[in-house]
Amino acid sequence: MTEKAYEMTVGLEVHVELLTRSKMFCRCSTRFGDPPNTNVCPVCLGLPGALPVPNLEAVKLALRAALGLGAKINLESGFDRKNYFYPDLTKGYQITQYRTPLAQDGSIEISEPKKRIRIRRIHLEEDTGKSIHAGDDITTAGYSLIDFNRSGVPLIEIVSEPDIASPEEARQYLEKLQRTLRFAGVSDVKMEEGSMRVDCNISVRPTGSTRPGVPVEIKNLSSFRAVVKALSYEFERQVAALEAGERVVRETRHWDEAKNVTRPMRAKETSEDYRYFPEPDLPPLVLDEAFIREVRDNMPRLPDEIAAYYTEKLGLTEYDAQVLTLDPNLCSFFEKCVEKGAEPKMAANWIMGEVLGYMNRAGLTYEEIPVTPENLVELLELIKAGTISGKIAKDVLVKTIETGKSPSVVVEEEGLRQVSDEGELLAIIEQVIAANPGPVQDVRNGKEKAIGFLVGQVMKATKGRANPAKVNIMLKEKILS
Amino acid sequence: MELWELSAWEISEKVKAKEVSAQEVLEAHLSRIAEVDPSICSFLSVLEAEARIAASRVDAKIAGGEDPGILAGVPCALKDNLNLRGTACTCASKILDGYISPYTATAVARLIEQGAVITGKTNMDEFAMGSSTERSAFMVTRNPWDTDRAPGGSSGGSAAAVAAGLSTVALGSDTGGSIRQPAAFTGIVGLKPTYGRVSRYGLVAFASSLDQIGPFARDVRDAALVLEAMAGFDPADATSSDRPVVPWSKRLERPVKGLRAGVPKELLGFGVSEGVKSAFYSALERLAGMGVIVEETSLPSLAYALDVYYVIAPAEASSNLSRFDGVRYGLSKRGKGYLDMYRETRGEGFGPEVRRRIMLGTFALSADQYEAYYLRAAKIRTLIRRDFERAFQSYDVLLSPTTPTVAFKIGEESEDPMTRYMADVMTVSINLAGLPAVSVPCGFAEIPDGAGKEMPCGLQIIGKPFDEETVLAAAYAVESFVKEELEEKSAQMRRNLLLAEECEPVD
Repeated sequence: MTEKAYEMTVGLEVHVELLTRSKMFCRCSTRFGDPPNTNVCPVCLGLPGALPVPNLEAVKLALRAALGLGAKINLESGFDRKNYFYPDLTKGYQITQYRTPLAQDGSIEISEPKKRIRIRRIHLEEDTGKSIHAGDDITTAGYSLIDFNRSGVPLIEIVSEPDIASPEEARQYLEKLQRTLRFAGVSDVKMEEGSMRVDCNISVRPTGSTRPGVPVEIKNLSSFRAVVKALSYEFERQVAALEAGERVVRETRHWDEAKNVTRPMRAKETSEDYRYFPEPDLPPLVLDEAFIREVRDNMPRLPDEIAAYYTEKLGLTEYDAQVLTLDPNLCSFFEKCVEKGAEPKMAANWIMGEVLGYMNRAGLTYEEIPVTPENLVELLELIKAGTISGKIAKDVLVKTIETGKSPSVVVEEEGLRQVSDEGELLAIIEQVIAANPGPVQDVRNGKEKAIGFLVGQVMKATKGRANPAKVNIMLKEKILS
Repeated sequence: MELWELSAWEISEKVKAKEVSAQEVLEAHLSRIAEVDPSICSFLSVLEAEARIAASRVDAKIAGGEDPGILAGVPCALKDNLNLRGTACTCASKILDGYISPYTATAVARLIEQGAVITGKTNMDEFAMGSSTERSAFMVTRNPWDTDRAPGGSSGGSAAAVAAGLSTVALGSDTGGSIRQPAAFTGIVGLKPTYGRVSRYGLVAFASSLDQIGPFARDVRDAALVLEAMAGFDPADATSSDRPVVPWSKRLERPVKGLRAGVPKELLGFGVSEGVKSAFYSALERLAGMGVIVEETSLPSLAYALDVYYVIAPAEASSNLSRFDGVRYGLSKRGKGYLDMYRETRGEGFGPEVRRRIMLGTFALSADQYEAYYLRAAKIRTLIRRDFERAFQSYDVLLSPTTPTVAFKIGEESEDPMTRYMADVMTVSINLAGLPAVSVPCGFAEIPDGAGKEMPCGLQIIGKPFDEETVLAAAYAVESFVKEELEEKSAQMRRNLLLAEECEPVD
């Protein structure tokens, strides 16, 4: 915070594309990345006479999201039309839920500081098509092209209360939300593919003031980092304005990623009046308890529940549990390792250290974990049995990943088996003692540290394959007896 | 008797019995259209080639021993707001210029499945907004009983085509009376089914909560037959009902003795002409003579129906017509920017009545006016529904004249929209309540100063939700006592048409 004298109040509106196979109101595919305008039909193109029919699967996924966020489900909600003109909006209105959302009054708990961010509403709606302008924007472009594949893709909008007090809290809220929705199987929540979109509402006021500040909306945020940077920028901009005695204007601003600034969007010619009214083509959305129970019963486990299990039953630290529950694939990888006999703490350390480290360097996503649980478990067993040292094991893991060969095959082929045979080790130890009279004398004089140097020499001579614990004992015996 | 004079059920039986082929029936109609339509102007497009293929397909089915369906070989015209794959769907508007529909409306597809042969698309008031078919962007349709008069609207093309013997049956759409009023003006049967009875998928929406597709026919049995063919649940329309379809055409002869009929005084007030009144009351007497218990009743909230209708219908229309933006299909004007594109496309593409209703509806839905207009109208609509529910606790059907007057002269309709809208007073409340209603010819009225010239009058029979069965049985009873006179006068009218002058094109 640059100015302790001011505080920010932030509310987030998050749009999330649901993981349904077909669109919200027609049977067209929702597949991302298909050639433009191939997943379209009379309904999602807004042809005259076409009518919407709600996708029950979308309702189920939205319910999952609502249950995962602890929201109250409205047994009767309804659809409304939000009317406005824009070329990628095929019908001239978006079907959304305005009067009564599917669910309301949920929350998300963040940890630093520990607090609960309330969620005001969760509602279903349809996406628009995607415009591509031959220029900066629609007003200056020579022409614009539209892909209607996205038109009608189901979305939920999750609106928080203005309970967020810093960019860091916003980041935590978003991460937790993303994680929850990913685990619930609601969405793949990828900001880079647009399946998760965030708009921020920020207002700034003198600390402790009871009068709310002027709300400013920020759009075009393509990553959590952008959210943090845009909020920090906007806070400072508004503080500077207030300090200079200027008024903050209620407006929508655009985050310029390249320049790291927010800019006002071009002022609209008229103020926006969406003329909401009940969608006459759709009857009210009425849910019965049995339907909700079915969704609840099929609900995947959520990260908080999994993390609690890891700390309480598997003896992991809070930190380990948080890292492993970053992603459902990671959890299931870890759990498979444990199922196949790995000791949980050891498996967690190896996944978090070596496996994630490798993935980070290689730029792999959680869907692309490069090693099988079987191979990792085998590696851990080789370590535990003393067949290889932990240090060697790291190389074996990389070889396993790169060749696809199992760790034991790698160990055999590369001759990496740890040398524990006393006869073999004794010969090497005698050579090292003979070659290093100084350090040997130091050990005899009680300088314990010198033993480390000698162990290192033995390891070097065996190219790391010697069992260091054994070498340590044997060296001491040899020198001191 | 000429083939174009036969009823749908006669055609279907004869075609199935191989007494006549579907192709012969079609050719008779195509010739009749070529001869007569120049003076009626009911068709916006005649689908000769497509119809010939369809007719030969029906004949082939019969030759192959397959069941050709209950409308085998029956020529059917479609109001031009119904989609038929591969053909234009103009809604009689310039804004749909050049648009060829890539799909077929569910109701139309079901008629085709039952052997109907689609002969063409008929004229209408632009986007079904109007009651005279004079508000088409393309031409004015004439009333076959008097070509100086309007056939009513908005489904005037379909009504005129059926009345003139150009099509055995036709489909229209009814949002506030657009099937019943032209049926009354042209002396035929027009049925607006219960909301949800017929799928709206493929009907270009005017006001989604009021629109229903329904049949025009020259007798009640044909209307019932067409309804049978197209009614029923459609997964593509979330507002369609899964109530079972009834074989209505076989239940018409149900006795009406003891049937309780209410006559709401609110539907007989202001502006009903003497001629219409007398035809209506003489029909009531004859119904009473058949054992129908006729009583006057009151539904006080109907006094507000017109006001409510002219808020809700334009509100929904203003939103429904937003899709005509020049981006994907139809007329597209280029402006300086995208807002200009909208202004120029919509300014040029929509006629004055459509623009008026879009403005009315936009106003009624605007944030400042929503409560005063749309929301209040929606509440009164609920009261109207309840009034009907209450009335149907005492009555099986409600009766009224379909229209306050007989067909008016072309160009005579008031320039003042308020006066024009008043003429819908008898029909709009039925759409607001979603009820089934039929207009059946009940006699003739002399035109004031018309030197004894007569025009047909319609009787409106309103039923309980999904009780088309009673409505049609009552209509069949009315038909039984007007049939002779109607058939005689209609036959004369159809013969006279060959002598009528061609209509002038609209500027």
